[in-house]
Amino acid sequence: MLDVSNPGVPADCEPFTMHVPILKQRDYLIASIQSVLSDEDLLQLRDDLSERVGQYRSRGVIIDVTVLDVIDSFATRTLRTIAHMLKLRGADTVIVGIQPDVAFTMVQLGLTLEGIGTALDLEEGLEYLDRQTRRNVHNVK
Amino acid sequence: MLSETRVPIASAFDIVTARQQGRSLAKELGFENAEMTLIAAAISEVSRNIVEYAGHGVIIFQPPNNGARRGLSVIAQDKGPGIPDIAKAMQYGYSSRRGLGVGLPGAKLLMDDFDIVSKAGDGTTVTMKKWLHNAK
Repeated sequence: MLDVSNPGVPADCEPFTMHVPILKQRDYLIASIQSVLSDEDLLQLRDDLSERVGQYRSRGVIIDVTVLDVIDSFATRTLRTIAHMLKLRGADTVIVGIQPDVAFTMVQLGLTLEGIGTALDLEEGLEYLDRQTRRNVHNVK
Repeated sequence: MLSETRVPIASAFDIVTARQQGRSLAKELGFENAEMTLIAAAISEVSRNIVEYAGHGVIIFQPPNNGARRGLSVIAQDKGPGIPDIAKAMQYGYSSRRGLGVGLPGAKLLMDDFDIVSKAGDGTTVTMKKWLHNAK
C-alpha cells in the first residue's frame, strides 16, 4: 500500500496538527486515524481526502476511526460532510471501527451517520466498498 | 481527586485536552469505561460551545459538594456574550450558527445533573455532574 497523504511535506512541519495517513489500495483510499483528533485535524482530513480522491481517481474511501475515544457532534457533522463531499466527487465512503462505548454515546446524543456506510473493521469496510462499487457498475450498464 | 483542576479553553486544541483530563479524572474516581466516554463527550460539547461563542474560558473539574455522594463536577465557564434565550439554546436541534444544535442539550442528555446560568453580556456558566452509581 502506498502512503499518498501530503506527498513531499514532512509530517513534522506542523507540530500542532495530527497528520492522518492516507493509504492507496486499488481504487480505494484508506484514511487511518492514528490518534485523537482536534477539530482542525478533522477539517484537514476532509480537505485531504477530497483532493486525493480526484488525484487518484478513487472509487471508495475507508475512514478508520478505531482509535477515536469520542465522536461528538462536531466529529459526526464533519464525517457526514466528508462522506457527502466524496459522494459528489464520485467515491463511496465507509466509516469503520466505531467502538462500543463511542457508539453508545452517539446514540445517547442522538447522533446518526445516516446515508453513510459503516462497517465493523477494515476488512468488512473493504467488502462493503467492493459490494458498493460493483453495484454502481451494474447500475450503469 | 482532592481539589479542583482547571483547563483553560482558548482554541479547538484545548477541547481535546479538557476531555482527556476529564476522562482521566473520571477513571481515577472509579467510573466505568462507558461512563468515561459519556463524560468526555459532554466535556467536548460544552468546551466547543466556549470556543465557538465566547472565544475563551475555562473547564473546572471538582469533586461535587454533596455529602456522601461521590462523582465528578464539570464546570464550563466563560465571560463571553452570554446566551440571550437559554430555553431556545437548550432546545435539541436548535443552533444559532452552523452545527447540529446538539451541543448543550446533548451534554445535558449525557450527564446526571445539568445547570446553566447565563446573562447577556456577562458570560455563561454550565455546571454538570455525573454521580458514581457503583459507590459503596
